[in-house]
Amino acid sequence: MPSETLKEQVIRISGVNPLKCMRCGKCSGSCPSYEDMEYHPHQFAYMVEKGEIEKLMNSDSIYKCLTCFACVERCPRNVEPAKLVEAVRLVKIRQQGANHLKAESIPEKLDAELPQQAIVSAFRKYSK
Amino acid sequence: MKISYYPGCTLKTKAKELDRYGRESAKALGVELEELENWQCCGGVYPTGKDEIATKLSSVRTLENAKKNGGKLVTLCSACHNVLKQVNEEIKTNEDFAFRANNYSKFDEEYHGETEVIHYLEMLRDTVGFDEIKKKVVKPFKGVKIGAYYGCLLLRPSKVMQMDNPENPKIIEDFIRAIGGEPVIYPYRNECCGGYVTMEDKNIAVKKSSAIMESAGSFGADLMVTACPLCLYNLTQNGGGSVPVKYFTELLAEALGVKEED
Repeated sequence: MPSETLKEQVIRISGVNPLKCMRCGKCSGSCPSYEDMEYHPHQFAYMVEKGEIEKLMNSDSIYKCLTCFACVERCPRNVEPAKLVEAVRLVKIRQQGANHLKAESIPEKLDAELPQQAIVSAFRKYSK
Repeated sequence: MKISYYPGCTLKTKAKELDRYGRESAKALGVELEELENWQCCGGVYPTGKDEIATKLSSVRTLENAKKNGGKLVTLCSACHNVLKQVNEEIKTNEDFAFRANNYSKFDEEYHGETEVIHYLEMLRDTVGFDEIKKKVVKPFKGVKIGAYYGCLLLRPSKVMQMDNPENPKIIEDFIRAIGGEPVIYPYRNECCGGYVTMEDKNIAVKKSSAIMESAGSFGADLMVTACPLCLYNLTQNGGGSVPVKYFTELLAEALGVKEED
């Protein structure tokens, strides 16, 4: 069986059809991390469509999504860009040794008020 | 009335007061929240990957357990609520996921999303009723301007959460009225606080939380309420702290006269 291309992996994991995107930009307009991203949510849609997965995988943008579901909620075409961001991140961090958040880095990030929920969530998003 | 209850990891540690005031208030309102036995952490965030199975199994176990214990599950933390509700929807609608999760779990009877997951606020609105709460308030928050902070997870994605209008919600404002306070509607009440990104890039959480605090403050809020420990952390630690932020259950307990000081 021929192995999946990166684009096929992202489409399968996300369950998203980027061809449905009509490039209205509402996702990026709604995105709370917009100004901190190199590639914005609407760019994930067309770059996945064009197969430019490696560029996305190697950008810090995949760690800036807050999974706030604003783009999922507001997309008029149900493209759900957050799911594309997550799928690209999964393709990246599922590689051997590619965990983005390392357990050793946790002690320096702790403060007295930090809720457990933050640590659990960050591990779920940034590491496998 | 007894209903199964899922507290979640943070309500046993950093957010004990969210849990304690929630239970005490429920009791005063005639609802006994019965903590599910052997519950496991939900994972904090819903994994959206279609092929993610293992990361959703703890939620599936919780939901199946609740099915055997009355069929209704009350959550309190916004994040747990979001995860449990979305996993429940997924096992209802995604055949492949349902097959794999059941195949692995080997429950006595297969689980297909039968449990009804409701948030504590929905329990107040739909099971108890805000009018009933109003009658039981002994210490109303008269003249206190309170800003509801919804954040993301209670409302979105609305197709699944179905709690309220995701862009113009009112459930917490109705709650505030029920305890005698004056709700303050401000534009950032359903914007994200930054969530877990505080672990990755604190600066983003600072920007997002500060904007929310400034928005609530500029619209005249004396106090803000939330249902989420991570929102509370971001707003108070990363948001500048210009307006005090409390769990909504603490205000409820105070209004009902069941808040015991430590």
